[in-house]
Amino acid sequence: MQQIVNFIIRNKVFLLFLLLFSISIGFTIQSHAYHKSKFINSANFLTGGVYEASNGISDYFDLKEQNKILQEENNVLKSILFNSTTTLDSSYIDTLSFNKKYKFTTAQVIKNSYSQNNNVLTINKGTNDSIKLDLGVITSKGILGIVDNTSSSYATVLSILNTTSRISAQLKKTNHFGSLHWDGVSEKHIQLTEIPEIAPVIVGDTIITSGRSDIFPKGIPIGTVTSFKLDESENYYDVEVSLFNDMTNIEHIYIIENKDAKIIKDLLKKTNE
Amino acid sequence: MNSILSIHTVRFIVLILLQVLLLSHIKFLGYINPYLYILFVLLYPIKNNRMLFIFLSFLLGLSVDLFLDSGGMHAAATLTIAFIRPVALKFSFGSVYEHQTIKFGAIDFGQRLTYITILTVIHHFILFSLDIFNFSKILLILKNTLFSSIFTIILCVLVSIIFSSVNKK
Repeated sequence: MQQIVNFIIRNKVFLLFLLLFSISIGFTIQSHAYHKSKFINSANFLTGGVYEASNGISDYFDLKEQNKILQEENNVLKSILFNSTTTLDSSYIDTLSFNKKYKFTTAQVIKNSYSQNNNVLTINKGTNDSIKLDLGVITSKGILGIVDNTSSSYATVLSILNTTSRISAQLKKTNHFGSLHWDGVSEKHIQLTEIPEIAPVIVGDTIITSGRSDIFPKGIPIGTVTSFKLDESENYYDVEVSLFNDMTNIEHIYIIENKDAKIIKDLLKKTNE
Repeated sequence: MNSILSIHTVRFIVLILLQVLLLSHIKFLGYINPYLYILFVLLYPIKNNRMLFIFLSFLLGLSVDLFLDSGGMHAAATLTIAFIRPVALKFSFGSVYEHQTIKFGAIDFGQRLTYITILTVIHHFILFSLDIFNFSKILLILKNTLFSSIFTIILCVLVSIIFSSVNKK
């Protein structure tokens, strides 16, 4: 017994080092797994507050650029509105139209990240604005990521530029779908795999979300095909997609909540049982 | 004693804020960032309570991790250089370092550069190994370590020169 105590006292520095090192390795491994980094994330009160204050100053610097992006989007929306073929009758309100499937919330990015292997963004909305786990996040130009962690007024978003994220995507012209991931090389390109060999892929095709998961609705733009080749098994294409979004310049975002997500999940659970 | 304590507290907080608000957004050539916060470990007094020093280094790394959403990789890397610092000190300043209190402003530039280089390279290598977490990408790890280390070392030397000359006057 005496010897054990002596051993601990003699090596206390090394033991403390070992303890703290294993804690930090534990955190690191957790952060590499999807949806696991519960404690060490920038959505908490302190870190979120600091980023919010810093963003309050720095977002003035690219107001012009962001305004231009928003104006472009307004332009697109206006053209859809005025060119729509259905004439609106103002005296008649369809009560069914209140019950929309997707609910949109706007938010601002207060911390962007794109140069690491596992990129996580912080946004200034949290559970107080009914932001929940696993909601989809998009910008006016295309897909951005999935909500990962939430606190009362901040949330972190797992970017598509994250080697652990998987999102279902498809070709716009046909319904052949595959899975989207990132190899960590360039923030302008992302990889789409498991597109069946029979699909008529050509360079320049548009890739959109497939709507097969309950996170994103179908048809959100992702990017265009820059190159493709057959994988080792020669049954599927590996497609290189160039993103529509400039991931280095993101400010205003939209969070999509699928109201039917719970029903779909329950149904799937029942089917699997 | 009191002023030493407060200097290190201020340095701790200032370095974290500087790192997360400014230096982690530099992204020179797309991916090269300096990690200046390890200056806290480099400049910590040599005569110290080792347990406290190691714990503080862990706390420093963990705070940076909190802000950068990086799990525990900064904590692990900073902890390791805090633990092996005596070895690096002995290697770069000779075994006499324990008997005298070294003023970082007063010692030879070459020795100081060796000391900073050893700890920075080790820190960055652990950091990028844990970040990329894939030993088949060892070349990418080494490339990141090399370029970021150069950036960090230059910045560390500059900052330590600027602030040590202020202290002397």
